[in-house]
Amino acid sequence: MKKLESNLKNMVGVLLSITVISALTLSSVYSVTKDPIEKSKTVKQQNAIKEVIPGFDHLATPEKISLNSGDTLTIYKAYDKDNVFIGAAVESFSKKGFGGEIKVMVGFDKEGNIINYSVLEQKETPGLGTKMVDWFKTPIGNQDIRGKNPEKNNLTVKKDGGEVDAITAATISSRAFLDAIHNAYVAYSRNFENKSEDKIDSESGA
Amino acid sequence: MSQSKFKIILNGLITENPTFVLILGMCPTLATSTSALNGISMGLATSFVLIGSNMVISMLKNVIPEKVRIPAYVVVIATFVSVVEMFMQAYLPALFESLGIFIPLIVVNCIVLGRAEAFASKNSVLDSTLDGLGIGLGFTIALGILGSIRELLGTGKIFNVNIFSDHYGTLIFILAPGAFIALAYLIAIVNKLIKHIKI
Repeated sequence: MKKLESNLKNMVGVLLSITVISALTLSSVYSVTKDPIEKSKTVKQQNAIKEVIPGFDHLATPEKISLNSGDTLTIYKAYDKDNVFIGAAVESFSKKGFGGEIKVMVGFDKEGNIINYSVLEQKETPGLGTKMVDWFKTPIGNQDIRGKNPEKNNLTVKKDGGEVDAITAATISSRAFLDAIHNAYVAYSRNFENKSEDKIDSESGA
Repeated sequence: MSQSKFKIILNGLITENPTFVLILGMCPTLATSTSALNGISMGLATSFVLIGSNMVISMLKNVIPEKVRIPAYVVVIATFVSVVEMFMQAYLPALFESLGIFIPLIVVNCIVLGRAEAFASKNSVLDSTLDGLGIGLGFTIALGILGSIRELLGTGKIFNVNIFSDHYGTLIFILAPGAFIALAYLIAIVNKLIKHIKI
């Protein structure tokens, strides 16, 4: 079979049909994978909450909290069996990362101490910035941020006068990570200020 | 399998290995070979795209007018890449995260377009599919070897299994310069070996 001649009609026709077919293929694949993609994101979020506030019984409806910067963070308040507030998980992010946005889930106990964190999304340099997934919860030197309170402890890297050991050769990623933690704490404490009355109400009502 | 079909696969694996002999697709090679697992997964994702695009392009080779063949090939390749991306995101979210931006970048990987232009547009569907398989496997193996070396020298691990303490890891091998150094040595060794084997 001879190749189709390169005249206008053939070229437009062939390109058009190829793009239409590929558009149809993509839209059908999209509809097949849409639900599993959503599901895997939710599962990841739920697991992250469980990891950062262990031992909670149920969560309150997620609340949106806006920061001065205009960003909005989501806070999940956790309660035990007797409906007592035990802490909250804050889904926070920072846009200062080396490879784009960094999303973390941070758990605070009711005093505002960091219980644990979980990195939800990051695009840092593999082998360097990506170490943040475990680095800040490994008890070596001053790199562990668990149990610290952003109010009392200066949670910035040593280069910036803080007390946290940055990831070797990934200071920018470390800064961005701590920025996300800081944002989370701001959202957490702001939530307390606004909701202190509600809290008394719910306690007296219980 | 007849001799010639076997040779097509062998061609992609060794004689025209995309990484060690053709030196094509260096961007993903250097960027995703930071660990053995990342390298191999990137290789497999690229293989899938290669097999698919080679097959479809060789089927369409007679209906695509000469002057618009490159845009047509790119659309076919981009479609396959998007399909891989969506399936990976849905069913292998962890892998999807670690490969990140490099999955969409398979579109501009010159190996894929190169094989479409140099092989699939001139050969039968079966031969083109085998060529995609051979080149894909060659790429996967090359990335696996490079990834293992870099991961071992950089962090003391292979496939996340500790070989020696990462205290002795040499950071440079995780970074771009280490990728160039390791790749250059590998290319030299492989080419020396190929000359001796003679296929």
